[in-house]
Amino acid sequence: MLGEQIIKGMAVTARNFFGSYASKERLTTVQYPEERLPQKGNTRQFPFLVFDGDDAEKGLRCVACQICEKECPPKCIYIVKSKDKKPDYKGQPQIYPLTFDIDISVCMSCQICVEVCPFESIKMNTEFELSTADRFGDLLLTKEQLAKPNSYYQKIHPVDAAESDAVIAVEKAKAEAKAKAAAEAKAKADAEAKAKAAAATAAAPIAPPPANPPTTT
Amino acid sequence: MNVLATPPKNFEVKPKLDAKGEELGELLEVSMGPHHPSTHGVFRMDVVLDGEKVVKLKPVFGYLHRNHEKIGENISYLANMPYTDRLDYFCSMTNNWAYALTIEKLAGLAVPERAEHIRVIMAELTRLQNHTCLIGFFVQDMGALGTPMMYAFREREKILDLFEEVSGARMMCNYMRFGGVRVDVNDEWIARTKKVVADYSKFLDEFGTFLTENEIVLARTQFVGVLPKDLAVSASITGPMLRAAGVNYDLRKVDKYGIYSRFNFQVPVGEHGDIYDRYMIRVLEMRESIKILEQALRDIPAGSVMDPKAKLRGFRPKAGEVYGRVEGPKGELGFYVISDGSPNPYRYRVRPPSFINLTILEDICLGHNISDAVVILGSVDIVLGEVDR
Repeated sequence: MLGEQIIKGMAVTARNFFGSYASKERLTTVQYPEERLPQKGNTRQFPFLVFDGDDAEKGLRCVACQICEKECPPKCIYIVKSKDKKPDYKGQPQIYPLTFDIDISVCMSCQICVEVCPFESIKMNTEFELSTADRFGDLLLTKEQLAKPNSYYQKIHPVDAAESDAVIAVEKAKAEAKAKAAAEAKAKADAEAKAKAAAATAAAPIAPPPANPPTTT
Repeated sequence: MNVLATPPKNFEVKPKLDAKGEELGELLEVSMGPHHPSTHGVFRMDVVLDGEKVVKLKPVFGYLHRNHEKIGENISYLANMPYTDRLDYFCSMTNNWAYALTIEKLAGLAVPERAEHIRVIMAELTRLQNHTCLIGFFVQDMGALGTPMMYAFREREKILDLFEEVSGARMMCNYMRFGGVRVDVNDEWIARTKKVVADYSKFLDEFGTFLTENEIVLARTQFVGVLPKDLAVSASITGPMLRAAGVNYDLRKVDKYGIYSRFNFQVPVGEHGDIYDRYMIRVLEMRESIKILEQALRDIPAGSVMDPKAKLRGFRPKAGEVYGRVEGPKGELGFYVISDGSPNPYRYRVRPPSFINLTILEDICLGHNISDAVVILGSVDIVLGEVDR
């Protein structure tokens, strides 16, 4: 019969229409500003900078190496290096960014900066309600606006933050071990030098052996 | 005579003559687009009409050109990956795969087993959602405003949720990397994917009842826009368009890239090459995709998802040239890269399937009504992000 399949199709429409009152499967709409879906695990929006501790200026992990600035596909990051140095989380003196701007009207949320960062300092935020009335000023985020504490990162991406903290802890432990070893080596070298100096003064006419014998590799 | 500006003339439009040499009537030149709901983006069809019949058609594109290839030559290999998402913005996963495959060939990276399985899962999910959406769109072109498309989008959203869960974005996934994938999937995600895949056949059944034998769909699509087999081959058409014309050519079977040789699936082939065959091929392909997905989700092994040799910073593949291709949902998507050993490619070229499939638009539209030309364009399955690049 001509039109039979059209009627069957209408039955499908009807099933979906009436089913939408009964089944959640057929009515998937969410009334957005009032109702919100939970955020997905790896959701990313725009980058932010992580700092340790309470002081954003002191604890900022970024060392202004400018790798993210170079790798950023749409070139939305702008960094000015500092002239002086300040200690990082390992206690080593490092340069820090005087200016760190991200133009989020250009940023395409691709996460390349996060992946290439060797210092776990730039991460993706999940904040998405960022509309403003000012096209230029408000969408250019400065260092102060970008800096967020590590606790915030742990809140929005618990799994990734744990991994990142582990990396940082390993680096820190390594640095501490290195510092300790260096200190011990220094103490030992000092003691040897002292002993040598004493020996040299005791037997002045004999030429002392070379302090650093050339190593063959 | 001093003419300051002459209007552009695309066609020599001559009115038809009757037996005595008298003019029958005037031909009408219509410029459909670039802002026309039927053109799926910013695309223009310059159509010459005799009454309602199309006597000449010229596709005009380039409105969405954004210098993709030149950008790709000026930034590093890795930084180009997110730009490939924006080629065919419905299928970012297959675009990523094609690009990653090309660079892996160039740099000689191996992909771990688990990553290969994840890639297949992502590509087949992409195929499912692309074909579903396409059917929604082109039924909308026929005048079924809204309803079928909304059903298609409802199902697509389930797949996009899976993508967002693992890659962080619904459409611009930026997920694959040279030598693997960026993030591993967890067991909970696999369980949810299994459920979505299992429910998908039910949806396809329902969608089939809705459309496949619908008399209006049959009347509008059968023997309309017939693409002959030899024309399809000589115009290097690929993908569902080619298979609907009756050529058994699927890169998943021909190249066996990735791990496709392990899966048991068939390649549906059409007979007539009309719109209805193109529709049917896509429905059948989705059924085959579900089969592949079930096998891949069952077989997925544990392990790492990145080649340990792969590195993100300072990636410099050795000099050479390479062409890598995958069977995207729209056809053969290829990337051609020449490397000179520097951090960015010397030459970078994309072979977009929908651009090349568009070249025969005039041949399959001639002689049909203008309303059919809209449906034919819908069945070609173009995405202007990829056509214009």
